[in-house]
Amino acid sequence: MRAIFLVAGAVFRESVRDRVPYSMMVFAILLMAASYLISQLTAGQDMKIVKDLGLAALSIFGLLIAVFLGIGLVSKEVERKSIFGLLTKPVSRAQFILGKYAGLVGTLIINLGVMTVAYYAVLGYMLYVSSPVARAAWPAPALDPRLLIAVALIVAELALVTAIALFFSTFSSPLLSTLLTLGFWVAGHFNADLRNFGTVVDSAPVVTVARALYYVIPNLAPFDVKAEVVHGLPVGADHVLLTLLYAVVYSSVLLTAAITIFRRRDFK
Amino acid sequence: MPAAIETEGLTKDFQVGFWRPRPYRALDALTLSVEPGEVFGFLGPNGAGKSTTLKLLMQLIYPTSGVARILGKPAGDVTVRQRISFLAENPYFYDYLTAEEVLAYFAKLFGYSGAEVTSRVARVLDEVGIGAERRLRLRGYSKGMLQRVGLAQALINDPEVVFLDEPMSGLDPIGRRQVRDLILRLKQKGCTVFFSSHILSDAEALCSRVAIMAQGRLVSCGALHEMVAFELKGWELVAAGVNDALRVSLQGRARSITALAEGRYVIDLPADAAPERILVDLVGAGAQVISLHPVRETLEDFFIRQVKAASPRQTGMA
Repeated sequence: MRAIFLVAGAVFRESVRDRVPYSMMVFAILLMAASYLISQLTAGQDMKIVKDLGLAALSIFGLLIAVFLGIGLVSKEVERKSIFGLLTKPVSRAQFILGKYAGLVGTLIINLGVMTVAYYAVLGYMLYVSSPVARAAWPAPALDPRLLIAVALIVAELALVTAIALFFSTFSSPLLSTLLTLGFWVAGHFNADLRNFGTVVDSAPVVTVARALYYVIPNLAPFDVKAEVVHGLPVGADHVLLTLLYAVVYSSVLLTAAITIFRRRDFK
Repeated sequence: MPAAIETEGLTKDFQVGFWRPRPYRALDALTLSVEPGEVFGFLGPNGAGKSTTLKLLMQLIYPTSGVARILGKPAGDVTVRQRISFLAENPYFYDYLTAEEVLAYFAKLFGYSGAEVTSRVARVLDEVGIGAERRLRLRGYSKGMLQRVGLAQALINDPEVVFLDEPMSGLDPIGRRQVRDLILRLKQKGCTVFFSSHILSDAEALCSRVAIMAQGRLVSCGALHEMVAFELKGWELVAAGVNDALRVSLQGRARSITALAEGRYVIDLPADAAPERILVDLVGAGAQVISLHPVRETLEDFFIRQVKAASPRQTGMA
């Protein structure tokens, strides 16, 4: 366990000094700030737009951090052979993978935490400058704590995406891993369509393949509760817990597969 | 007491080719044993299988067949890694961490904590000659500096067995001397050192035994004095101010006379040439003796002979 924490700590320390997460965070915060300007162009929808764009920025830039850092974690170590220094210490390959994963998820949590604070700052400013009439028209309070549910599910989704990125990077090139991970993320958000493919396509083999993909590709739609929280609609505790459990199980399976592949791999 | 390092029939095939993969044998049935406290040189030209062997011993790659043991336990055993260390060829670490941070990280992986980590890190950095740069990120380090960090990380746990893959690579003459001294210090402490190198003079200066590899096969292994007789093969005499008459008179006694410049020659004499008399003749004729060296068989001669015999075509030494 100590080795996992140490590897995670090193990943965290290296990641926070990398420019990639900082630039992503700056872009996200800029987008959130810009959303305030965009909201001025609309009548009565200003708060909804700021909330929507803010959560979208968290999700997209968090995804980019997860994919680019997640893939680099293993493939960069293998490519530059820095892995030789680590795997010849008293660290098992499983500890290496789990440590890398834990370190990146930790980095993501910190990054998203900073972005969430910026997000709430923008919302606080909106609240400050808005008239009581405008506030009365908002479907939910400006500093609605339920937004944190959406943020928590974004973090869980990104933890799962990190597991996907790590899994692919244990056996394929960085470019292919990036494409596959982004492909899984996109497909994961349209996973339900794969299940219902039979209603629009007649070909049995195609339907079978779509159904197989439905079971393999993660279902990421339940992680997206932006619309509900922005409109002040309730998000059930059972939905949140089941979705979190799904993320834990799916990520565990992927990490187990990543460890199995990584254990057998030759580092030439 | 078990051997420090032991391999039996260690073999590694890599798959080469994309459409029709076929096996390429990088290491062929390597059997050798290194005793505790030895400095063992693992020599061979490029592609001989040296790095493959080291990676197999570190279990960075898995053997196709055969076994490798370190300190009596299977290579790759995590408990053995506590007692050994490895320096890869052209080591690379983490760009955004400093030398101190990388070494502290590795020290903690070995189970050290608190003040012990700080003192070990400071000691090994001093030992490899990294001064104030230790607080800079590795991103700005030169190749030679990274090599020093690599050496430092290989000392952090006071290992019983040290594996060094081309440890002199990228180092300037001062750095090379420091590494030599370091290896000798490790030997004095009773540490086993297994190092691969192209540089035969290093092996000659440091090793109690060497193995010579060619094309993935062990072609020779043993103590230096068993391999190389170091017997006198001749004399190399350099003289200046040699006039034509003197040169002609020497021709019968020398194997060859090569002109370096006007009146300056390298005279290759056979082992039984009695150079003292030639020196007297030279001085008597007004020439100056610049140098006189005995020519002995070196490890390099032996190495080239062995590698040539094993792979005349591949090494281009036919």
